[in-house]
Amino acid sequence: MAEEKKLFKVTIDNITIDVEPGTSILTAARMIGGDVAPPAMCYYSKLKGSGGKCRTCLVEVAAGSTADPRPMPKLVASCRTNVMDGMVVKNITSERVVDARNGVVEFLLINHPLDCPVCDQAGECHLQDLSYDHGKEGTRYEFQRRTFKKHDLGPYIQLHMTRCILCYRCVFTADQLTNKRVHGVLDRGDHAEIATYIEKSLDNDFIGNVIDVCPVGALTDKTFRFKNRVWFLKPVNAHCECTKCKGNVTLWYRGEEVFRVTARKDQWGEVEDWICNECRFEKKKTSDWIIEGPAHISRQSVISQGHYEKLVMPKETMPEVMGGRQPRLLMDIHDVSGVNRPDVDLSQLPGPAHSTDFPKQS
Amino acid sequence: MQSLTSRAKQVDRKPMTFLERIYVWEIFKGMMITLKHFFKRKATIQYPDQKREFSPVFRGLHVLNRDEEGRERCTACGLCAVACPAEAITMEAAERLPGEENLYREEKYAAKYEINMLRCIFCGLCEEACPKDAIYLSETFAPSNYQRKGLIYPKEDLLIPNPVTEPEEYKKAVGIRKKQQEKAN
Repeated sequence: MAEEKKLFKVTIDNITIDVEPGTSILTAARMIGGDVAPPAMCYYSKLKGSGGKCRTCLVEVAAGSTADPRPMPKLVASCRTNVMDGMVVKNITSERVVDARNGVVEFLLINHPLDCPVCDQAGECHLQDLSYDHGKEGTRYEFQRRTFKKHDLGPYIQLHMTRCILCYRCVFTADQLTNKRVHGVLDRGDHAEIATYIEKSLDNDFIGNVIDVCPVGALTDKTFRFKNRVWFLKPVNAHCECTKCKGNVTLWYRGEEVFRVTARKDQWGEVEDWICNECRFEKKKTSDWIIEGPAHISRQSVISQGHYEKLVMPKETMPEVMGGRQPRLLMDIHDVSGVNRPDVDLSQLPGPAHSTDFPKQS
Repeated sequence: MQSLTSRAKQVDRKPMTFLERIYVWEIFKGMMITLKHFFKRKATIQYPDQKREFSPVFRGLHVLNRDEEGRERCTACGLCAVACPAEAITMEAAERLPGEENLYREEKYAAKYEINMLRCIFCGLCEEACPKDAIYLSETFAPSNYQRKGLIYPKEDLLIPNPVTEPEEYKKAVGIRKKQQEKAN
């Protein structure tokens, strides 16, 4: 008879939960959910070996275990520390943790260019959320921020090394999802950067997933670059028959156009299923997909400002009253406006739009 | 019952006196008020000839700002559009090509930028939201128009004159606040 598994009792922010041995504090906290879960910039539950680099998930262990109830002297990285029976963890209830996290955010932002108005990740950026939650308003850094030589990662992926926080998620993704990894972290310390060796382009079928795992705007979709802001897009769950991946994706609509395709993300911002490059970059038409319905977006996110999820369109009363005749409009906005022209499909451009794509209007 | 205001007056329902009943005296009283106003300071001005000074917080027609080198400041970040309660602002972004560095300040810029003046309520939230000092509400009224289509303002109408290539126009367009500031210095 199989012995019943012994469960560890762990208390996080005064909430007790039974978890299996070998669970990390972060995973246990995520089981409780809500504010108890520490933020994580580098840890990714779907990537083996990730975590322990960004230090944003630091927690205080007030009591190590029932056998040895001494507190741990230093704050520990919750993604890399496993629970013990009777462990008492303090996350947001500990002043030390909150203070340390503020410091970590300040360090992460030291070399960050803060070009959110330009960055395509803005609105769904974990670093942005983290710094709004924990960061300070001003910066004390007075020196030149780190800059890098530009690397071209092929036609699909745009690399902005200055925004990188060196979480190594993309390296693990490339290592674990594709059979041959051609990019990694070069150099050390302050000079460390994500790069492909001798500018080799990445041509693996699943390499597009590095875009989704990147917590900041360092790796972004070149086919979506500067096309629109994420909070003006309508996220819709869809699937397709794909031989390489499961084909479960989120389409980001603007009007009738699919501006970009991403993997579906769970409440921790992690992808549910990896998707292949073909689904991500090639299928930008509604006819390629079977629509399931609006994707759920947390109401804390700016993307939810469109309120698409529970949107009920009001009934059009005019045609009903006027015997089926549509009301005559005094002005069709498309006759006058140069923006969102129905005859110009921004989503069909292979890369960002340039001045050459906008012919001068006569 | 406690009255809502201390200025409430009981309505006088007394029957009219003789003087009130013949009306002439009351009409005379009313005419005196009219006459008094002939000699008071006028509340109105002769508008296009005379103009009032704008208050420093006046929110008029939008302008899109340029920096000292005449480059457009707007990066099409969309914060004005998302802040706009009337959804009057729309834009399309583009990437700056090599050789366009003298036109646009950053690598991303607004290729199209439009304000629908039919929708705009001049609340100034776009100005508040802008992280790049790009949009300002100026000290001018939005001009009226006979047709709706003349009130969709494209970027070309909103941009301020380029201080490098058109310094004369730029000088003319500078608002009173800046002029006063320069005078004070």
